[in-house]
Amino acid sequence: MNVAEKKPIEENSATARIRQGKLVSNVITLAHGGGGKAMRDLIDDVFIEAFSNPALNTLEDQARFSLDDLASYGDRLAMTTDSYVIDPLFFPGGDIGKLAICGTVNDLAVGGATPLYLTCAMIIEEGMRVDTLRQIVSSMAVTARAAGIHIVTGDTKVVERGSCDKIFINTAGIGVIHKDYQLGAHQARPGDHILVNGFLGDHGAAILNARGDMQLSCPIESDCAPLHTLIQSLLQAAPNTRFIRDATRGGIASVLNEIAETSRCAIEIHEARTPIRTEIKGFCEILGLDPLYLANEGKLVAVVPEAETAAALAAMHAHPLGQDAADIGSVLAEGRPGRVHMQTSFGGKRIVDMLVGEQLPRIC
Amino acid sequence: MKYVDEFRDPHKAKVLLDNIIDIADALADDQQRPTYIMEVCGGHTHSIFRYGIENMLPPSIELIHGPGCPVCVLPRGRVDDCVAIAEQENVIFTTFGDAIRVPGSQKSLLEAKADGADVRMVYSPMDALSIAKKNPDKEVVFFGLGFETTMPSTALTVLQAEADGVTNFSLFCNHITIIPTIKAVLDSPDLQLDGFLGPGHVSMVIGNQPYGFIAEQYHRPVVVAGFEPLDILQSLWMVLKQLQAGEARVENQYNRIVPEYGNRMALEAISKVFELRQFFEWRGLGSIDHSGVQLNKQYSTYDAEKKFSTKTVTIADPESCQCGEVLKGAIKPWQCKVFGKACTPETPVGALMVSSEGACAAYYLYGGDRIDALQVEDDIEELRA
Ligand code: SF4
Repeated sequence: MNVAEKKPIEENSATARIRQGKLVSNVITLAHGGGGKAMRDLIDDVFIEAFSNPALNTLEDQARFSLDDLASYGDRLAMTTDSYVIDPLFFPGGDIGKLAICGTVNDLAVGGATPLYLTCAMIIEEGMRVDTLRQIVSSMAVTARAAGIHIVTGDTKVVERGSCDKIFINTAGIGVIHKDYQLGAHQARPGDHILVNGFLGDHGAAILNARGDMQLSCPIESDCAPLHTLIQSLLQAAPNTRFIRDATRGGIASVLNEIAETSRCAIEIHEARTPIRTEIKGFCEILGLDPLYLANEGKLVAVVPEAETAAALAAMHAHPLGQDAADIGSVLAEGRPGRVHMQTSFGGKRIVDMLVGEQLPRIC
Repeated sequence: MKYVDEFRDPHKAKVLLDNIIDIADALADDQQRPTYIMEVCGGHTHSIFRYGIENMLPPSIELIHGPGCPVCVLPRGRVDDCVAIAEQENVIFTTFGDAIRVPGSQKSLLEAKADGADVRMVYSPMDALSIAKKNPDKEVVFFGLGFETTMPSTALTVLQAEADGVTNFSLFCNHITIIPTIKAVLDSPDLQLDGFLGPGHVSMVIGNQPYGFIAEQYHRPVVVAGFEPLDILQSLWMVLKQLQAGEARVENQYNRIVPEYGNRMALEAISKVFELRQFFEWRGLGSIDHSGVQLNKQYSTYDAEKKFSTKTVTIADPESCQCGEVLKGAIKPWQCKVFGKACTPETPVGALMVSSEGACAAYYLYGGDRIDALQVEDDIEELRA
């Protein structure tokens, strides 16, 4: 079913507000969070203008959904929330707005859910340029539209200069899980294969690079993307998939450790089969970082039973976001439970442990 | 990857490894003990674990992870000085990433930052200088640290600050120099070492010549090594071949980067700005004469120690901490009483657990079959108890 076609929103067009206010200021001031006319103008002219949909336009305190319609997608609701704080706000391959939509869509999708609705709460620092805000909001709108998901309710706060870093965005999402899908890290068992949908570490490296400290002329773009359609085709091809997780902060190393710990199995991956771009390898060499721990915003790790591995890979390869998908390793029958290790392409073997704190660049 | 993959070729590794095993086994038969080789440099320690080299080597060869991680050998009193400077009003304290977590006696720079100090991570001292230019009303201090590898860029930054007339920039200098350190290690009574992997990056600056005394006076082979896994295996093989032939020479495996007489410009910048200190304390090794440098008279206006009159109190490490013994190769990291228990990368008791170049952190993170065996023993003991 095409998510965009069918929307179980309870339309209440009688109360839908017609956009009226026109924002006059170039800069966000405390007045824009004050609840008066300035705030209404901001909401109308920036948010409603960009996100417009029947549920949002009523500007009620809540969005309402028909249970019957929701039930047509599956038998369980999935709900998630995440907050987005990032420096810089705009980076090659994305911006905080795109990130806020993709992140929440992916958090729903990895549980096997069809993502349906999002909320959007913004905490804006006094002094932010309205142009910048518009750019972020427009990026959210474009990403949400492309992902077939509606932003149905929201909140705006303006805080004094210095109380937050430019803008913080929180998005929560609701989706529905198809009755056939039962995903969970504890289900990984010996013989299962570990798949990823493409090159790892792009987002983390793009952000570090965009901060400009390194002055490397490396054309690295974030992989920020909504993964739900890829996940749906993966699940259709491999319905017994045990577990999927998007490998965000902490990279695939953290996801693999979680799987190994929860399932009490050992996991082995192969460096030679793990897709990492040449540029990212070079970037990590220079900074003394390990790409396995770099953040991704459009990459997932899937644990798939051996019998369905070929079908799962083929389905991923057929999707634009899975063209470089790879089978990077497997869950082992032997080995220390909870342990992840990597066969290096050099012929050695090393442990891939949980990251402690943040990865810090080494001094030389 | 161009210029990298060729140094990670598993077939070449296999050939080198076979050669290493042959010689190391023969030497072990003769001596009735393994051959002990120290890699002085933290970068080597890191590569050795990262590529699983430690686990590929036969029991007849043992690597000793030396004092070459500048973060690891920084004494607690100096970290306390950093925190004291960083916590002053109107100071922006700039540091390399991995120095931010080193524990002082009260707190680390990371904790000072959380408490409100303006501590910023930079990738080079030049970044610190640009912060100083952008913040003329603040005093910007750079935490200078490292061997001869990082010394030239600090020296050049001080020269640049002078040329640009920047007066709100200063250096908290903790740079150390490699030769006295190796000498201290060689003179240590509880040490048993057969040869050295010489540090690649340091040698890029100082060349091979300064290692001559190790071969001539101490009769130990030195091979200056690169950081790729094949570099390290080849260098180990070169050390073993010398040992087998009963020779002790300085060889340069990393000659694609390391010039025989070093880098003249870098050395000039260093000698223009720095002078040797009489004493400098090392964590775990105590005071080593002439092992540290400071800004000389001419540049003393850039010296944070003068601007802020630091105390540098000598603070003994916690009793449980055995970093010194690990640094000298007297014990292996996992033999330290607190390894993996009280001391983990999250809660480092000693500095070797902080930087990923530190031997303890490297064992903890990248592990090894030896630790696995140890932990299994622990588990069995726990079950029995
Ligand atoms: S385990 Fe901790 S205290 Fe012991 S030697 Fe290593 S770093 Fe030092």
